[in-house]
Amino acid sequence: MSTATPEAPTALPPVQRRNAELVLIGLTIVITMGAMAVSGLNLNGAVPGAMWGYGLIFGAMALATHVALRFIAPYADPLILPCALFLNGIGVAMIWRLDAAESGDIEHAGVGMQLIWTAVGMVLCIALLFFLKEPRVLQRYTYVSALVALVLIALPMVPGLGISEFGARRWIGFGGFTVQPSEFAKIALVVFLSSYLVTKRQVLSLAAKQVKIGRFKIMDLPRARDFMPMVVGWVAAIGLLVITKDLGTSLLLFGTFLAMLYVATQRSSWVIIGVTLFLAAATLAFRLFWHFRQRVDIWFNAYDQEVYYRLGGSEQLVKGQIGMAYGGTTGTGMGGGQAHHIFAADSDFILASLGEDLGLTGLMAILVVIFLLVERGMRIALASRELFVKMLASGLAFVMCFQVFVVLGGLTRTIPLTGMTTPFLAAGGSALMASWLMIGLLLRMSDNARSPAPQAIQDEGATQVIRR
Amino acid sequence: MNTPIRRLSVFAMVLFGALMLQLTWIQGFQAEAIREDPLNGRQYTERLTEQRGPIVVGDENVAFSTDISEEDDPARYQREYTGGALYTPVVGSFRQFGASGIEATENALLDGSDDRLAVRNFRDIITGREPEGARVELTIDPAVQEAGFNGFRDLGMNGAAVAIEPDTGAILGSVSYPSYDANDVSSVTDTTEATENYVALENDEDQPLLNRALRERYPPGSTFKVVTAAAAIEYLEAGPDSTMEAPNVLELGRPLPNATPGGTCNNGQPDTLAHSIQISCNTSFANWAIEVGGENLSEQATAFGFNREEDELNVPLNVIPSRAPAEEDRNILGRAGIGQSNVEATPLQMAMVAAGVANSGDVMHPYMVDSVRDADRSVVTQTTPDVYSQAVSPSTASTLKDMMVRVTGPDGSGPNAAIPGMDVAGKTGTAETGNDLGTHNWFIGFAPADDPEIAVAVVIEHGGGSGGSLAAPIARQMMEAVVL
Repeated sequence: MSTATPEAPTALPPVQRRNAELVLIGLTIVITMGAMAVSGLNLNGAVPGAMWGYGLIFGAMALATHVALRFIAPYADPLILPCALFLNGIGVAMIWRLDAAESGDIEHAGVGMQLIWTAVGMVLCIALLFFLKEPRVLQRYTYVSALVALVLIALPMVPGLGISEFGARRWIGFGGFTVQPSEFAKIALVVFLSSYLVTKRQVLSLAAKQVKIGRFKIMDLPRARDFMPMVVGWVAAIGLLVITKDLGTSLLLFGTFLAMLYVATQRSSWVIIGVTLFLAAATLAFRLFWHFRQRVDIWFNAYDQEVYYRLGGSEQLVKGQIGMAYGGTTGTGMGGGQAHHIFAADSDFILASLGEDLGLTGLMAILVVIFLLVERGMRIALASRELFVKMLASGLAFVMCFQVFVVLGGLTRTIPLTGMTTPFLAAGGSALMASWLMIGLLLRMSDNARSPAPQAIQDEGATQVIRR
Repeated sequence: MNTPIRRLSVFAMVLFGALMLQLTWIQGFQAEAIREDPLNGRQYTERLTEQRGPIVVGDENVAFSTDISEEDDPARYQREYTGGALYTPVVGSFRQFGASGIEATENALLDGSDDRLAVRNFRDIITGREPEGARVELTIDPAVQEAGFNGFRDLGMNGAAVAIEPDTGAILGSVSYPSYDANDVSSVTDTTEATENYVALENDEDQPLLNRALRERYPPGSTFKVVTAAAAIEYLEAGPDSTMEAPNVLELGRPLPNATPGGTCNNGQPDTLAHSIQISCNTSFANWAIEVGGENLSEQATAFGFNREEDELNVPLNVIPSRAPAEEDRNILGRAGIGQSNVEATPLQMAMVAAGVANSGDVMHPYMVDSVRDADRSVVTQTTPDVYSQAVSPSTASTLKDMMVRVTGPDGSGPNAAIPGMDVAGKTGTAETGNDLGTHNWFIGFAPADDPEIAVAVVIEHGGGSGGSLAAPIARQMMEAVVL
């Protein structure tokens, strides 16, 4: 930890700022209800009654979470909860507005499920805060969490249980419910990697030899015998890619793996090796599988007539982009767009729908809030004292960031489009619950990092003041 | 561990920065281009609520918008077409993801968005009247168009025919066969079927979507001898009685025979220019071309409208340029003189050759839109005839006309184009295509020869017969539609 260069102080002051949080939460409730009011005015010419119903339910749940936080995590970062609630609220308003426009029945538009999942997510978040006082206990479950992650990832591949839809197997179904286990797998994976890499980081950062061009050091090559974790991670990612055809999840999990490996070892060589291996495998997949060629074709030639009309072609992507183009700089206003005609407008394509209704301005604001959430997570990692917690916080923050990049990067044709949910915004229970669990973990870690050091009850000789 | 965490958060910032840049590009800079992309079905949905102006041939609306909405619902318009496949090569079609023909070139006028309609639109807004697109009136003569179209339909062969009013350039008929019924591809209620029909047309071997009259080049064969004769008169001061070597076979790399009865023009003796036109002698015209020179022959063709830029001629449908390059090789030049080797022409171009001769040497700018009127029938634009090119002098034109009249005489190559009671000028053509699919069969001409009212060019694609037998009857029927 303590290297040659002294590091800047990273501890956070022990302030609660719960009242600031309360004000911000009030603002998110107003924004959510305002979004519903504008949608109603645009769609129906009147402020919808649903605004009061749904808006007040959402507001009550938000306030309840805030109150719970005052008791069980009083020193938690005051920005995290408002950011999450803002995204959740905008998502609820957007899903409601899309359903209202599609069904034409503005007072009975269905957003109830999303609200129920929000409530479940908040309860999970509070429960986690209540029962998990010390995140480091998770470190004990290194291989249990690995097993959980593997099982969750593998579930959609089980015949009879997994559901293949829209060219990817990322759901499982039972009793009329569908669950997207990969949403939870990413949390388990981050927990596993945090504890595993904390113990193995010394070994993995050993350098065998330096790669130089002239006098300039390019990277340190790791020892050959340390390659095993990398190989396992890579094989798992590629196996996932080939079997489920879910490029998005594969990219997300492998990217997280590389990021955490880098945080643990501070060796850029691992990142370079990993990216090279992944690109090589992706190239091979591109040559071998029609499905990947189709993805790349859609990426590069989305506006080609032939690609557009092809089955599973670029129609959805182009429609999403056209919607965003109609949104332009300032948007059509909530409810003013035509996004409800696009497939998956409320889930995988919710950012395109928001881009149309709220325009570049609104989408930028949403991106800034997500970015703020990510960077708060990184800040918690810096402020924490335990290595495991540092890994966990930065890992969770990066997962959130990279997931948004994969979704919006696909929508904007920065990378190939893959189906994936947007944290907090997209419709879907699995994604919402997973997001709230991540928020619970971040809140707990920030509370621990910011709360004042416990006072010594007694100070007798050998008994030292302990630091958590 | 803090250094890599800081770097990771910077990397997160880079990712968000990339997303923000891309979003700015798409929603800021590219937004308009994306909205105007042909794949944007929404522009079409928006157009559904606007009444598009009609396209008029004769006194009939051949394309018009009908309100198909249920009672009390807001208006929705379906574009409808009359005449089946007859007018489609001219009028085009207005489809979900695009438009063609006049529907495309005059779109801004038809949908009312053109600046020239701005004052009227403003007035409509003030008076609260439903805005309406302008009415586009065409120069097409239904009788001429039908005569040409029916000729191909009865013959059952592919091809094209163009008829021009020589002294104005007004296009009286523009036939491309086969064609298609625009109603099949323009339904707004069954868009899937419309799209499927269009895809089927795209894949049809007979290329019904291709406008052969304006956008396909064929070797013009012997009809090009009119251009060669014009060059001989203009550059060599030849006259009808000027003679030229006319062997039964001329050695041009490969032997060039005559296609005249008995393979002879004047029993192997030098033949006169007038007789060479009359019976369509190959060897004498190959020699005339060599005598005139590649440079001059190409110049003469350019004067008739060949060798122009890609986007120069719009009628307002774009016409691809015809080609008659300056040849240096004697063998190639000789064949160019009879409309083979590198010479290629659109049917419209050959009609312009006939019209130029008919109009004392002046080729008028061809056009299809006579006038554009707003919903009150007051004129928005009116096309005034304009000289496109001075092809030959009036005296040369007169000489050419006299020689061409002999073609439709009893001893000429095109008596099938003769109309009782008047002189008809013409020239037949039978072009080798360099493959086994058979020759293209041409006829160009105008009538009446002394006071031309209509000039035509007809080409039968791979007809495999002669211009006089296959193309001349269609040309006669089209001319009769005007002069009888």
